[in-house]
This record gives sequence, structure tokens and C-alpha cells, in this order.
Amino acid sequence: MFHDRSPIYLQIADGIKNDILTGSLREDDQVMSTNQYAAFYRINPATAAKGFAQLVDEGVLYKRRGIGMFVSPDAPGKLRSERRQRFFAEVVEPMLDEAKRVGIGVDEITDYLGSRR
Amino acid sequence: MIEMRGVTIAYGRTVAVDGVDLTLPVNTIYGLLGRNGSGKTSLLSALASYRRPSAGTVLVDGEEAFENPRVARRVSFIRDTLDVSDSERVRCVLRTAGRLRATWDADYAAKLSDMFELDTRKRVSALSRGQRSMLGVVLGLASRAPLTILDESYLGMDAVARTLFYRELLDDYLSHPRTIVLSTHLIEEVADLFERVIIMDRGRVLLHDETDALRGRGVTVTGPAALVTAFAAGHTVLGEQSLGGVRALTLDGPLDPDDVARGERDGLAFGPLGIQDLFVHLTSQPRPLEATR
Repeated sequence: MFHDRSPIYLQIADGIKNDILTGSLREDDQVMSTNQYAAFYRINPATAAKGFAQLVDEGVLYKRRGIGMFVSPDAPGKLRSERRQRFFAEVVEPMLDEAKRVGIGVDEITDYLGSRR
Repeated sequence: MIEMRGVTIAYGRTVAVDGVDLTLPVNTIYGLLGRNGSGKTSLLSALASYRRPSAGTVLVDGEEAFENPRVARRVSFIRDTLDVSDSERVRCVLRTAGRLRATWDADYAAKLSDMFELDTRKRVSALSRGQRSMLGVVLGLASRAPLTILDESYLGMDAVARTLFYRELLDDYLSHPRTIVLSTHLIEEVADLFERVIIMDRGRVLLHDETDALRGRGVTVTGPAALVTAFAAGHTVLGEQSLGGVRALTLDGPLDPDDVARGERDGLAFGPLGIQDLFVHLTSQPRPLEATR
């Protein structure tokens, strides 16, 4: 489930953000408890707790005392605009680098994208 | 809180544990890693108060641990020898453990024995290596001791039995939080269970940190030799490899993401290191011939 080449708490946070972006977790949905998460994914509960704490810090989740953690109402919109900002730097630029390496010009890419419209 | 202060253990002129200071918050799962002969078992013996350190002290909740009955009752130390009589039957061993320990859960011991398909009518001497280890795991987990120490308790267990062991360890810890110290060489298969990792090397604590902080801490940089060398300036180099004009260096990170992005644009390739590889790099420095003092 998790790989050990980056901290698991970050992988947990990314996974939950993806679930929110794809809509499998919606506004005000309750997420798993730390212990449920730890038992399900077979990881130390402190590691899971750190992942959730990160999401609370970022405002993606909010806590209800004694009940659990829930998806913040503004999380989907906020996450989408963050990802949109990173899209060109993290997705398009590496693609252009690879295109340059294999000799594909920007015109060729534009034609291709035009055909997909 | 468990504290080791300047703990040294010497056997004649051989120093097995060399001035170790460790502060261990309770209700945490620790992984103790180290190569053969690095001092793990000696350190655990002192932690369990089975052995008086040659120097230094072990304090459990502020109390001196050695020959302290209040501390001893709260510790379960499972080591290779199992500390049971070979001629006894498994069920007698379990019954004795129940008499000696207030926290013993006989139902849980029975459940674990069933799970491992351990024949409790057998004498300890008739158990295979793997079955001895299973008995150790049953004794360790069912004791529910506030400090449970499992020293390479997986020896001889097959992959299925080890998986059952790890699953039970985590599930029982979730329902009964306690301090568990587990020494192992099988880092990759169990590291996800450790909140913290302690790495010993030649009698000293090389590292004590959150397990998660070690994931991705080591990074391998590969590319044209001159570029790689320039990039590595200012970083601790854990390993190196060269072939023709290509050089690969393993660095003790973590690295600044901006530096990595710049390096990638220059044609360097980066690969993060898993915990086991990091451990190998950290502990494979050549050993001095004279290990005594």
C-alpha cells in the first residue's frame, strides 16, 4: 500500500486529498479514525495520526471533539485550485522536457492537443 | 518513561554496549536494528534488568530498574533461550506464565496458540525452531506487560507465521497500548509497525528517530561525474559507485526540493532510498580490527 521512499504520513495525506478531489470523500464526510486507519493499512497508529494532523493543519479536515474527523466544506475547492496552480509546473513542464529529448516540437504537440479537443 | 544513562556493558575486555543514553517515551513500538554483534541483545538485557550494566543506570519511571521487583513485574523479555525448561510441556509453560503475571490473558494465549497451530501438549524440547519462536511470541504478547521486549522473536518462522505475528502485534497494541521493543534483521517487512527506530552500531546508538523520518532520507544521485560531485558538496556521502564517466553517490538527505529540480534540469537522476538500504549504508562502514578497548 505504502512505499518506504517517502514518509508515510505524507502518503496518507496525499491519498486522502486524492479521495477528496475524485469525490469519493465529500464535504462533511467522516474519515476513518486513526486506529481504524492503522489497523486497515497495517501501520503504526502514530504515523497515521501524523498524516491526519497534517490535514487538520492544512484545513483539509476538521475535528469534532469526541466524534472524529471530517472533510472541511471548502476542501474540494481549495485542493482543486492548488492542483491547478501546480499543473503546468509539475505536469506540462516535464512533458515538454521529454518532448525536447525525443525531438517532438511544440507545434506537433499543439496539433495533437487540437485533435483531442 | 524509560531512561538509559551512560549504559555500558563489558564482557572482559570486549565492550558490547558503550555508554548508551536513550530516552524512551512509553506506549510506543520501537524497532531496534543493528548488525550481528552490534550490542542489541546486551542492550535489551539491560533494558529488561536481566543484566546489571558495567556502568550507567536504567531508570523505569524514575526508578532504578535492576533487581527492582516493582519494575521486573512489568517487564516481559522474550529472548532466544525463552527462559523455560525444555522438558516442560507448552501448556505447563503457559500456565506458569499465567501464575507469575497479573496482566496475563489466558484466553488470548489460547487464541494465539491456535492461530500458530502450536500443539500445547508437546514438550518445549520437541518444538521446531519456528515453533519455539511462536511460543516466545505467545508468551510475550499474552503477558500484556507494560514493557514487552521481543529479541528476534521471528527466527525460524515462515512468511505466513511472521505475517500473523506482525498482525497480532499491531492489533493487540491498538487495543492494549504498551511499550514494545522489537529487535529484527527483517527491516522491510516490519518497519511500518515501528513508531520509532533505534539503530545500533558497534555498541553505540547510531540513530534514534521517528521511522517516518528515515523514509526518503537517503537519496542516490546519478549522472556525469563532475556534476554529481559538484551537487554533493556540503552533503554527507554514504556510498559511491563509478562506471566510466558516470558517478552515483548516496547522500544522507533530505534534499531541498528546489535543488533536486535544478539537478534534474541539469541531467542528474535522483532516487530515494528505502529504510533497509539506508540502514545498510549507515552501518556498513569498515569495522576497525581492534573492537575491544
